[in-house]
Amino acid sequence: MLSSIWAIFLKDLKSEIRTRYALNALLMFVVVTISMILFATAGEVMSGELLSGLLWVVIFFSAMSGLSRTFVSEEDRGTVIFLQLATRPSVVYFGKLLFNLVLIFGINFFVVIAYLLTMENFKVKSFDVFLSALILGGLGLASASTIIAAIIAKANTKGTLYPVLSFPVLLPLLITTINMTQLSIEGAKLAETFGHLRILFSYFVVVVIASYLLFDYIWKE
Amino acid sequence: MEFRLIGKDIRKSFGRLLVFDSINFELINGSSLAIAGKNGSGKSTLVKIIAGLLSPSSGEVIYQVDGREIDKLDWFKFVGFVAPYLQLYDEFTGYENLEILAKIRGLKSYEAKIKNVLERVNLYSRRDDLVRGYSSGMKQRLKYACALLHDPIVLILDEPTSNLDSEGVEMVWAIAEEQKKNGILIVATNEPEELKMCDEVINLDELKLKMKRQIVK
Repeated sequence: MLSSIWAIFLKDLKSEIRTRYALNALLMFVVVTISMILFATAGEVMSGELLSGLLWVVIFFSAMSGLSRTFVSEEDRGTVIFLQLATRPSVVYFGKLLFNLVLIFGINFFVVIAYLLTMENFKVKSFDVFLSALILGGLGLASASTIIAAIIAKANTKGTLYPVLSFPVLLPLLITTINMTQLSIEGAKLAETFGHLRILFSYFVVVVIASYLLFDYIWKE
Repeated sequence: MEFRLIGKDIRKSFGRLLVFDSINFELINGSSLAIAGKNGSGKSTLVKIIAGLLSPSSGEVIYQVDGREIDKLDWFKFVGFVAPYLQLYDEFTGYENLEILAKIRGLKSYEAKIKNVLERVNLYSRRDDLVRGYSSGMKQRLKYACALLHDPIVLILDEPTSNLDSEGVEMVWAIAEEQKKNGILIVATNEPEELKMCDEVINLDELKLKMKRQIVK
């Protein structure tokens, strides 16, 4: 099973490298959003708290523009049957989840680098807290986005439905990660954020288990 | 290994539209079934149900190996499927498509097997071309290669000779004959000539007529 999951991940990665189905749109989205923030706030001094929130706004919308594509591209190109006839639904789910995890960590890395270079007041004092928020936030974002992408891929109005469906599901995750990012700017110790870490970790585990149980019904009509 | 494929009172409707009702069949190794009917009669719907891609509205399809029922999640191990609506990854070459499929299926030492199926469908010389550049007939041949890669017990062909030239049609007949030796062949077609590939025929149009008569009575 693990080798099949890995095969699906590699297939998606290779396909993405060749087609740039999601990557170009994602990178452009990040560049445009950060530029817009810079233009809109020219000359203004923004607090660390505000910048923490804006960081996750950029990450959330970047994720919305890219993470759905793993399933939507299969549905658009009609290759769903190819996968349905090749393996169990759970293998497809975990393969796609793995790909989205790599994609979200790539986005996070790119956004954070761009953010640190352009936002003067965004000074992280506790890197361990900040990294924990990024990693656990990324895990939660990828897991929820993957199952929602599988659901909306079957719908006619994919583009608009994705952020609309994702937002309420991701809200608890986003509030927690924004709080953690604020704490990292204020210089909080990792031990002080255990409550947040527990929420983020539990969110990831619950979403993955629920997705695993539901995916069979979503994947096959 | 004795394989049994059973269809029991299969019924499918989309909303109020009844596609077919009371489809029954039982197939074992060496048997074959043709599904005939006009366009829109539900041939593709029925083969999708048999392959496990769609669920019937009522009734059931059962796969049995030596009397033991197979979990629906594992049907893919036994099925090879060729259909016009089955699409391949056109950003990959023919060989890569088969390699991806072999890896996802978890096949061991697949290189020789890929070479074998590519030669069988006469695509070996074009194995390193992107599928994007294939003609529709070549894509159809590659679908056969994908379907045969894991030596399926049940081979399901929906419109088996669409887009194929005369040489391709001969290839399909050879594959069908080979399949009937040890496996099960299911063909959905509206070509009278292709019905001859199989020993038994379900005609969905006649079935509908029969259903209507029963309602009138």
